[in-house]
Amino acid sequence: MAREITNVATEIGPGSEYADVEVSSVSPLGLAWRRLLKKKIAMIGLVYILIFYALGSSAPLLTEAGIINHYREQDLEVSQQGPSPEHPFGTDVLGRDLLSRCIWAAQTTVIVTVATLLTGGLIMGVSFGLLSGYVGGWVDTAIMRIGDAFASLPTILMLILINATLKEQVRDAARSVEDFTGIGGIVASGAPDYFLVFGALSIFGWVGIARIIRAQILSLRETEFITAARATGASTKRIVFRHLLPNVSNIIIVSLSLGLAGIAGSEIVLTWFGVGIQPPHPSFGALIFEASGVRTVNAYPHLLIFPGLIVAGLLFGFNLLGDALTDVFTPKAR
Amino acid sequence: MDSTFNYLARRLLWVPAILFFVTFVAFALARFGPGDPVRVAAGNFRDPEAFERIREERGLDDPIHIQYYTYMKGVVTRLDFGDTFRYRDFSVNEVLFPAMWRSMQYNTVALAITVGVGIPLGIFAARRQGTWMDPASISSFLVLQSIPALVMVPFALLFFSLKLGILPASGWPRDCNVVVPGLPPGYECIGVISTEAIIPVLALSLPGIAIWGRFTRAFTVDVMKEDYVRTARSKGLSEYQVMKRHVLRNALLPLSTVIAFSLIGLIEGSFFVETLTGVPGAGRLTFESIGGRDYDMIMAVVIIGSTLYLLTSVAIDILYTIIDPRIRIGARNN
Repeated sequence: MAREITNVATEIGPGSEYADVEVSSVSPLGLAWRRLLKKKIAMIGLVYILIFYALGSSAPLLTEAGIINHYREQDLEVSQQGPSPEHPFGTDVLGRDLLSRCIWAAQTTVIVTVATLLTGGLIMGVSFGLLSGYVGGWVDTAIMRIGDAFASLPTILMLILINATLKEQVRDAARSVEDFTGIGGIVASGAPDYFLVFGALSIFGWVGIARIIRAQILSLRETEFITAARATGASTKRIVFRHLLPNVSNIIIVSLSLGLAGIAGSEIVLTWFGVGIQPPHPSFGALIFEASGVRTVNAYPHLLIFPGLIVAGLLFGFNLLGDALTDVFTPKAR
Repeated sequence: MDSTFNYLARRLLWVPAILFFVTFVAFALARFGPGDPVRVAAGNFRDPEAFERIREERGLDDPIHIQYYTYMKGVVTRLDFGDTFRYRDFSVNEVLFPAMWRSMQYNTVALAITVGVGIPLGIFAARRQGTWMDPASISSFLVLQSIPALVMVPFALLFFSLKLGILPASGWPRDCNVVVPGLPPGYECIGVISTEAIIPVLALSLPGIAIWGRFTRAFTVDVMKEDYVRTARSKGLSEYQVMKRHVLRNALLPLSTVIAFSLIGLIEGSFFVETLTGVPGAGRLTFESIGGRDYDMIMAVVIIGSTLYLLTSVAIDILYTIIDPRIRIGARNN
């Protein structure tokens, strides 16, 4: 449905022979985007998030270009200095530039949130929800009961337990992969840590979104356009991808965006506990932990202020965006 | 009512199954994790024969399912969570239960503050829906929610303890000033009534206020749109009467489910707040036990935590059907 309307809209767009006709129809997603643009505070949040992600994902490039330092680059001559033109955020105890470390820590957040969104949110959450809702029967029962089991656990506690206990096993596995394939540097790159963190987050994160999708699919399955599609001989694949998925896309967007703050926060919390990303790889959790002793805060407040503000801004931005998207996609709740 | 009963019976039947799953996974994770509890307990003392003897005594050489069976038998029949490896000559019960009691004091006070501020805030925002005060009042608390406790607590400690010197930096009074006689030893101190408790309690309660405010606002706004509210206004009831008798009674019902989420948030928050402020509670104990590979302590925390969590969510469901019989529980998933 969305597609047809979009086509009409582009046909009457500028340049066509109907260019002077008032365009009044937009796709549902376009409409949602327009509504979102009107929400000033949410847009500020969105811009902040975009800058954060852009900086975070370009950390290696920025380092190569010489704009920021590598996160391991030490200069003991300038250790624990306050902000200066040379080091805008100051330096830490080893003389590492804090701005560089914040940008590299942002890269960690980017990797973990995107990986968790893809595996836990899209791959596990959406496909289990679809499967459960559309196939039904014992598949539905099995998936939902397993989901109940996961949802009924204290998440943070289990995340800490998993990350604290399985770290060595995952590292060993990565080492044997290195030996077997001859690819070096997997363990040194910190990939096992990232894998464990986003893996654990995904295992506990898929349930919520799967339940929501399943509920929607259950009601959509009985609608007339699905019956019609089936009657005209559409394959299951076509029904799922062309008819069901587009109709739940807005719900997917809303629930993923609402979960983002939780994912980013969990990684920080795990690392703060010492069971997440391991040093020397930077993470906001580690930056905050190193700076949070009362005496450290007293003597070098910049070590906590800058990472703290960046994280608070990110979580605030996610919350604002999630709220705004809920408003935009479910206008009834306004 | 029949389907409701079936639903609740099914949920209760699942509780033992989920608990078995959780305890076994936690047990296996803890046993297969890195580190050796006997070595950790021994410290600098190295004596292979003594290690063997302790292993033998504690049953650490048995196959895992036998270890699990022995352990769970003690838990179920005698509520005996075993011995800690870190605190010599103490059982888990002797260390964990007083710590839980201390955590409970803080969490109860924090919950009362969260609810006591959050609900009026939500009602205030709902009454001024459409004006600038509606988003402003909620957003200001959303800012507090977005600043992680990890960042807030060090600054609070710095500001109030080190700079101003008006609040102590530790979270638990050294000499207990409120003692309730008659309670068993280890439990008689009500440490939450002290200046030491102010920072931890605030750090625990402030983030939750925005959640309560937003839920209350959403429910109140929904109810205020109802026909019977318009009827109540049109028959000339005072605004106070309309709010008290017609709006709030209906709006505050669904909030009972929020309590479950709130409790979980508090318990998760306790980990950081207790660790940062030095409250000798269950959260800090867990943090230290994970670092010290204290298997039985971790197991006890996981078992007690998951059981409480599961029972709370079942209890909330039951409560919900009692106070709002219109709910068709069977359709809860939709």
